[in-house]
Amino acid sequence: MTVSTDLDQRFRDAAATLGLVDVGFDVVDSPIGALLVAASDRGLASISFDAEPERHLERLARIAGPRVLRSPRSVEPARRELDEYFAGRRRAFDVAVDLRALPPFTVEVLRELARVPYGETTTYGELAVRVGRPTAARAVGTVMNRNRIPIVLPCHRVVGSTGNLVGYAGGLDTKRALLELEGALGQ
Amino acid sequence: MMQAVAIPPFERFYEEHRSEVLRLLRRRLDAERAEDAYQETFLRALQAYRRLEHGEHLRAWILTIARNVAVDTLRRTRPQSDLAEPSADDGRPAYEELAPLTDGLPPKERAAVVLRYGYDLSYEQIASALGSSEDAARQAASTGVRRLRRRIS
Repeated sequence: MTVSTDLDQRFRDAAATLGLVDVGFDVVDSPIGALLVAASDRGLASISFDAEPERHLERLARIAGPRVLRSPRSVEPARRELDEYFAGRRRAFDVAVDLRALPPFTVEVLRELARVPYGETTTYGELAVRVGRPTAARAVGTVMNRNRIPIVLPCHRVVGSTGNLVGYAGGLDTKRALLELEGALGQ
Repeated sequence: MMQAVAIPPFERFYEEHRSEVLRLLRRRLDAERAEDAYQETFLRALQAYRRLEHGEHLRAWILTIARNVAVDTLRRTRPQSDLAEPSADDGRPAYEELAPLTDGLPPKERAAVVLRYGYDLSYEQIASALGSSEDAARQAASTGVRRLRRRIS
């Protein structure tokens, strides 16, 4: 028996409203393609450029618990801020981030990354210096590569020492598009 | 050693069983009440989900919750005398072995016995599934077993 969209939606809304969801997710459209956005009660837990939910359910459960549920309501604050960001009306994100289960060094690097201002770039080496580990540029690169909350934690603003874009989990075109949106690339 | 079956992310569990849950509820309740019961069934499941110890028998588990929600719904809206356990017309779930034995038990006792002894759920989980207290769940299972013992002897 087919469950109507309306009934399904009512259940999902009720689950989120009652706080019975460990991590809620939804697909959010953006100019750089569909994003899978996931949030827990602590904050934004994940943004993925691969928006196919089926491929992320286990990973999300490992972050916050087994009650993983598609729930537009759970990601509403993040969706609103992302929409504003892509429309050029927001330069800094206010949503909290959920960094649980990450190693202390990773958390330290991500916190430092969050301070890199809109429209500016830094390098892996500079970021390593800022966390007091000047020789750890490569480790910083690994943290950027595994950053589970890209865009909001702006790893697209971190480039190579010669200014080349180097790499990005969402692809170099996406990195370039984000930096162009922010006016960080000289024409 | 046997590896416990992992508990799937709730979304996958929900997608897999929601049609069957709605079908069961629609056989027992009118359309509007079946929709309310559907929500309640999965909300009860969410409440208990974190406390599951393994992912076995999840189908039987959710169908038992759905049956209990249906019984509760009927109890709220029907005079007491009409309250017979609806016939098992929905295809037997996995706990077939215990089902014939427990068929004549009052619904709550039957559910508590099956969940405790058929699926080894804790009283805390059973309480959550039945929407009752842990003491009430323990009491229901114990009364059910006493009743069965009397019937068998």
